[in-house]
Amino acid sequence: MAERTTREIYLGEGSGTGSGSQNLYVNMGPAHPAMHGIIRIFAELDGETVVKADVEIGYLHRAFEKQCEEGPYNNAIPYTDRLNYVSPLINNFGYASCVEKLLGIDITERCKYIRVIMSEISRISDHLTCIGASAMELGAFTVFLYMIKAREFLWELVEEVTGARLTVSYARVGGVRADLPSGFAEKTSRAFKETRQVLDEVHRLLTGNRIFIDRMMGVGAISKEDAIAYAITGPLLRACGVSYDVRRAGPYYVYDRLEFEIPLGQNGDNYDRYLVRMAEMEQSMRIVEQALESIPGGSVNVDFSGNPIDPAAYVDRGKQGKTEGLLLIPIRLSPNLEGQEKAGHRAVNVGDKRVVLPPKEDAYGSIEGLMNHFMLVMDGYGLRPPKGEAYFAVEGANGELGFYIVSDGSDRPYRVRCRPPCLPPLAALHRMIEGQMVADVVPTFGSVNMIGGELDR
Amino acid sequence: MDGQDILARLTARFGARIVEAHDHRGDSTAVVDRAALLELLWFCRDEPDLRFNVLMDLTAVDYAKFPGKEDGPRFEVVYHLYSLPGNHRIRVKVRVEEDDPVVASATPLWSSANWFEREVWDMFGIRFDGHPDLRRLLMYEEFQGHPLRKDYPINRRQPLIGPKN
Repeated sequence: MAERTTREIYLGEGSGTGSGSQNLYVNMGPAHPAMHGIIRIFAELDGETVVKADVEIGYLHRAFEKQCEEGPYNNAIPYTDRLNYVSPLINNFGYASCVEKLLGIDITERCKYIRVIMSEISRISDHLTCIGASAMELGAFTVFLYMIKAREFLWELVEEVTGARLTVSYARVGGVRADLPSGFAEKTSRAFKETRQVLDEVHRLLTGNRIFIDRMMGVGAISKEDAIAYAITGPLLRACGVSYDVRRAGPYYVYDRLEFEIPLGQNGDNYDRYLVRMAEMEQSMRIVEQALESIPGGSVNVDFSGNPIDPAAYVDRGKQGKTEGLLLIPIRLSPNLEGQEKAGHRAVNVGDKRVVLPPKEDAYGSIEGLMNHFMLVMDGYGLRPPKGEAYFAVEGANGELGFYIVSDGSDRPYRVRCRPPCLPPLAALHRMIEGQMVADVVPTFGSVNMIGGELDR
Repeated sequence: MDGQDILARLTARFGARIVEAHDHRGDSTAVVDRAALLELLWFCRDEPDLRFNVLMDLTAVDYAKFPGKEDGPRFEVVYHLYSLPGNHRIRVKVRVEEDDPVVASATPLWSSANWFEREVWDMFGIRFDGHPDLRRLLMYEEFQGHPLRKDYPINRRQPLIGPKN
């Protein structure tokens, strides 16, 4: 056998293809520094150009749908946190609303407003993360730090309301865990002031930036027809100029009473997606401000006459037969249950005994409340929607987030299907990156905002 | 168009091939005979007043342990269609027997069906006739069984085998 030269070995010269070159196969992922999620792109490269790409997902599959079938309805709420871990509140509400639809109940006005407010705050933090991360991948590290700073303000709000930053589990079927804390509106307006400043700074840093435009404009584009055929929704579809937003097309909660615009793009490329997301954050802030102005219910922490007592002392008094006026005396709740006092509880939860746990005062303080509590938490009892099926869609940060639940009349969902907003864009990702440079894969992948948790479930 | 009109339109066109039609909690559902599925989907997509141009979701349900349906057709494949121009929705279902789990593929109509059908094949083992590339989507090739089937125990563990090539 004749000696092969280095060029023959490494460049494939003389290998019989005729042109003296052959395509190179490159794996991007599953663990790649520029991938903010575990996914594998198997790309065939001709020089620097991606000729063909195969996207492989499933690395974060953790049987969400199967797990949901195993426990009572409310047990699935913590799992929904982990679907889109950048805006977990929207998933919480989407799931809870689907069960409510199945039950045929309507939540309280105040709860609707709270859900709108918390959803929009989540949407802003989701968009901040997406833009920040994709700018960072283009070398704009400052933008990433600014965006994370702004997200911090919003997550502090979320933390104050839900008690957690990421694993919030705030929704309950029929309501929310607790009412808004006092002074929430002022804190929100302060946080929004900071966020607006950050957005203004980022806008001046990126929108007219030559490097940013060169990397984003005309890159990763998808046509309007393709986007519709692939069932892409959310900012990606709106960047193509299609005005579809679940908040407008099928208004849920109180979105039909609030004024907001749907920002549209034109070319469906990365730059338009960036602009759409930037504009949507402003609209979300508008929605929150309007909602905070018109939220009914007023003050939640009503003053009780009489001093609160300890639950144990309460029980003791009851045992001694000193029951007179006992139900009128408020119980001192643990700080973990702040916001769950009876008054707040009634404002944000439906008054349906078959659905919502009673306020803690009742559970500790009266036999009816205790029985009601047990009926809902005992195995085989609990929340039992009638036989049937329902599909409910909310506008997630990435598009239509749908839940399809089938009930067999028992206390566990028979089947829970989550329609992840991320999956259709990832199915179309190969269309966006084929024919473009390999370096463009990274910003395109960033602008798609793939969230492994909901993609792989 | 609201759900009732759409259902009336479909029943007028397909007659007895619509096995069942109902409205539950505002969701209109048409259960269609398997042989007529593709024709119905084409009709839904191309009829000028229906124009369901988005296949929003495609999934399946295993009714093997559903009270009252244990003996009936085991699977239901569920299509959620949405129309952008008309802003209306419909749910189309087709029942599939356990011993012949094959449904015609909707990939020629909507590109989104590609991955959704791969996922249903992966999770339920329902085949889609005419699908260009029916591989598993979330699980790996060597995985045994279909995890969302009701007879697949939740605590079954399988060795994780890395990807080929």
